[in-house]
Amino acid sequence: MRWNLVNCRRVNISVLPCLLVIIICCNRPPERFSFGRPATQREIDSVNISITPDGKGLPPGVGHVAEGKALFIAKCAPCHGPTGTEVPQYRLVATPNDTTHAKAIGNYWPYATTLYDYIRRAMPFNAPGSLSNVEVYHLTAFLLYSNQLIDSNRVISARTLPNIVMPARKWYVNDDRHGGNEVR
Amino acid sequence: MKQDQIKRRTLLRAAAVTALGSLVPGLSARQMPEAAPEDPTKVPGTPVGRLGTRSPFEQPQKKASDISARSPLQDFYGIITPSDLHFERSHNGVPRIDPQKYELLIHGMVERPMVFTLKDLKRFPALSRIAFIECSGNFRSGKTTMTPQEICGLTSQSEWTGVMLSTLFREVGVSPKATWFLAEGSDAAVMTRSIPVRKGWEDAMIAYAQNGEAIRPEQGYPARLFLPGWEGNTNVKWIRRIELSDQPFMTREETSKYTETIKDGKIRQFSFDMDARSIITYPSYPQTVEKGWIEIRGLAWSGRGKITSVEVSTDAGKHWHVATLQEPVLDKAHTAFRYGWYWDGQNTEIMSRAVDDTGYTQPTLQQLVNARGTDMGGYHLNPVTAWIIQRDGTVLFKPEKFR
Ligand code: HEC
Repeated sequence: MRWNLVNCRRVNISVLPCLLVIIICCNRPPERFSFGRPATQREIDSVNISITPDGKGLPPGVGHVAEGKALFIAKCAPCHGPTGTEVPQYRLVATPNDTTHAKAIGNYWPYATTLYDYIRRAMPFNAPGSLSNVEVYHLTAFLLYSNQLIDSNRVISARTLPNIVMPARKWYVNDDRHGGNEVR
Repeated sequence: MKQDQIKRRTLLRAAAVTALGSLVPGLSARQMPEAAPEDPTKVPGTPVGRLGTRSPFEQPQKKASDISARSPLQDFYGIITPSDLHFERSHNGVPRIDPQKYELLIHGMVERPMVFTLKDLKRFPALSRIAFIECSGNFRSGKTTMTPQEICGLTSQSEWTGVMLSTLFREVGVSPKATWFLAEGSDAAVMTRSIPVRKGWEDAMIAYAQNGEAIRPEQGYPARLFLPGWEGNTNVKWIRRIELSDQPFMTREETSKYTETIKDGKIRQFSFDMDARSIITYPSYPQTVEKGWIEIRGLAWSGRGKITSVEVSTDAGKHWHVATLQEPVLDKAHTAFRYGWYWDGQNTEIMSRAVDDTGYTQPTLQQLVNARGTDMGGYHLNPVTAWIIQRDGTVLFKPEKFR
């Protein structure tokens, strides 16, 4: 009787951790749940409009300053002014000798590819996504020219756009603050 | 100048009409409360209803500008922002998204590009977390008649529920070589930000609920990216696509905007963490106080961790006293503080400064100017905010010039 009790206890004590281990194991989430479905290349391509500074993602086509100017007057000037300088809040042009302290493409934007990407995804503000890829190239060319970053005869394409050196690029630094007792 | 302003307003109105609809719906419908009965025990009350209501005597409201709407910090109790008072900032209006059609695509440097419906997202393990979201352009100044809402109302706090992004990262098999991911919204701005993958593994969430119900349209319905402690804009709302990459995309919102000029002409980019900050919300403009005991109250928060202390000065910064922090004191969360003060009725200035668990102390505006220069940009400004208490009991904001 006495022995039995002891034995019982011994069994309990040794089995319990084992049970616990089993319970914990079975409750651990799997590496994968297999929810969701695989994406097809076609559906990825239909929404993947991102562009990196090295030009990856830029579509085919070429843009010309003259065509860009006409488009700008028709579709952008109502909000940004005919030369992109008339509306201070939404100024798009700041040439090297600009004295207004405005931050715009010419003196603040570090990458030319951003211009293509942004116009294509967000402008014109009242009809976003309405421009063709080639129209976006034209407008990009015109705005780069207006900011005195390219000549009027320069053609803008997937090949040329990433090579345009933006004057502000050299001023950019990564945030390297990590808290602690300092103000920067 | 005046003409410019008119021009801007006109264009914005044009944009608003075409793209945003009326910017401030409901504001005109602001009602005066019905008179309360003389004795509420003598008349039957309103029957039960399907939705709760705010007392008509309480009318907290967001303050809307053309592009954002600020939370009424001075009206809050505790640390949770009522969902309909959560601040709002969007870059081309609030989209209307059918939850049945909603999909999140994750692709790029992954083993298995995948599409998740809202239902799929909700099947994954769900986590909840209380934390603030603050716009990084959250400091206004310039005149004495400004409320906490007007000074820094672009911060709010909710309990967010969703699936951890790390769970989805495992599901798609994110390449160990991926260092950044692009988060893209399905609004009319097709908002995009590049985020270090590290944050995705650490504590990022795809949130679909806010304060116990589906996330509000203004906050990203049906799902948004939630990056605890990081500048509001990176918490991409209405998220539709995540693309893993080995470089940042340098979108407009991380170059032309959401970067700040600092000293020597430098421009700081990828300033993700929101620095520790606090503000006294009572007493504040336009409240008035009476001589005697006053419980100074406010909110403190840090995007880098927990608030460890808040100090309050009632003599224009000469002496500082430790305030009481109200539990819970959560990581990357608004924390309520209070300090009992006997006001002798004389002119003075009161202010608070927050310290977080990295040892960072909220700076004065002057310290920020000294560190960043007079040309410093408007993002990531978190200065100590002072209120002037005048002998007649009126309270005014103390604006400091810095440009
Ligand atoms: C209905 C008014 C409107 C029209 C038309 C319009 N824009 Fe804009 N644009 C805006 C607004 C408003 C912003 C700022 C948006 C924001 O900050 O989210 C903006 C911003 C921009 C920017 C970014 C500026 C910066 O410094 O970050 C560029 C570039 C731009 N627009 C180009 C264009 C082009 C090109 C067109 C013509 C195809 C165009 N816009 C048409 C209103 C308009």
